[in-house]
Amino acid sequence: MRIGFILVSVILVDNFVLSKFLGICPFLGVSKKFSSAIGMSGAVTFVMALSAAATWPIYHFLLAPNDLGYLRTLTFILIIAMLVQIVEILLKRFIPALYSALGVYLPLITTNCAVLGVTLLNITEDYSFIESVVNAAGGGIGFGIALIMFSGVREKLETCNLPKAFRGMPAVLIAASIVSLSFAGFAGLAEGIFGSIGG
Amino acid sequence: MNKALKTVKNGIFDENPTLKLFLGMCPSLAVTTSASNAIGMGLATTAVLICSNAVISSLRRVIPKEVRLPAYIVIVAGFVTAVSLLMEAYLPALYKSLGLFLSLIVVNCIILGRAEMFASKNTVFLSVCDGLGMGLGFTSSLLLISSVREILGSLSWFGISLAGEGSGMLFFIVPAGGFFVLGMISAVINRITKYRISKVKPGCKSCPAANVCGGNCEEEAKA
Repeated sequence: MRIGFILVSVILVDNFVLSKFLGICPFLGVSKKFSSAIGMSGAVTFVMALSAAATWPIYHFLLAPNDLGYLRTLTFILIIAMLVQIVEILLKRFIPALYSALGVYLPLITTNCAVLGVTLLNITEDYSFIESVVNAAGGGIGFGIALIMFSGVREKLETCNLPKAFRGMPAVLIAASIVSLSFAGFAGLAEGIFGSIGG
Repeated sequence: MNKALKTVKNGIFDENPTLKLFLGMCPSLAVTTSASNAIGMGLATTAVLICSNAVISSLRRVIPKEVRLPAYIVIVAGFVTAVSLLMEAYLPALYKSLGLFLSLIVVNCIILGRAEMFASKNTVFLSVCDGLGMGLGFTSSLLLISSVREILGSLSWFGISLAGEGSGMLFFIVPAGGFFVLGMISAVINRITKYRISKVKPGCKSCPAANVCGGNCEEEAKA
């Protein structure tokens, strides 16, 4: 039940991009084309789940028992940076097909605040290991949904005849505002489905 | 001295990180629901930016080229931890309302971007000026966005009520309002500066991952 609650709320209700403002840079940067949006969201979901799985045991078995909790930002960002490099090397060697699809997006993920954000949130929310991984994977899926939907909006926006001042970034931001407003319609959905146990 | 002033001015106006280069978007949308949050975030980022620029610039001949990004990240993360511990001790209310985004200063593209673009190539003094300019540019744009959002959304400014009765338009406080206000402000700036901005693109020179990806992301987006 609680897992389902976390999954629904992180994908739809508290969407990482549209309501928590995590990962805005790739959201605005890589949403120009549908195909690159899919590649980016695949890579982000993968790295987010993996880094949540890697940082949780390090925090709970290494940092917290030794009273080093305040070092978590520093430790987590290094773990994520290292993980991204390792994933890149492994994919290149063993799954070249996946590497050619996700490869270019991987280096950009180190500085994606959604990845560091989710690992830190898992600690402050006191999630268990399974819940952390579900939260991270769900966050990645939510990021993907927002990115892919938004790339559709942007492809239409390209052909519009906009006032000169709104061309480029202003129009993109206002379109993002409307997409974000539509996601606000999901408020209360998770409580509706699962009751208020998760709260 | 002239060069130093020019560097500071460059950060505030010509290359304003938020409104012209569209860097560091996450905090500029997330914490701008009230003006005091925006000032807190802006000054915290400025402090980290100045310190990390100074240290990175003074170590620029020591750090090997191959491992410079991890080295920069460690330096920045160290200062972020220090700033957030100080804020937790002396400004607990602000610390609480900034929450996660205080730690996320580490991955703010402005800081790594400036380290890579400026601090690794210039003297310590100029790098400090650059950090100050960029930080003030960031702070002033946060203040602008948050003033619009707070005044329209909760009819107050820095927590001081402006209208007495009434509760303001909720739209400007919710996330959608953040995107909307930033979009409107950048459209107005486009108009005032006669559309010169749209030519300034962040591109690869400000992206810390540029040397790893070699411009592949841009190519991919164009293709």
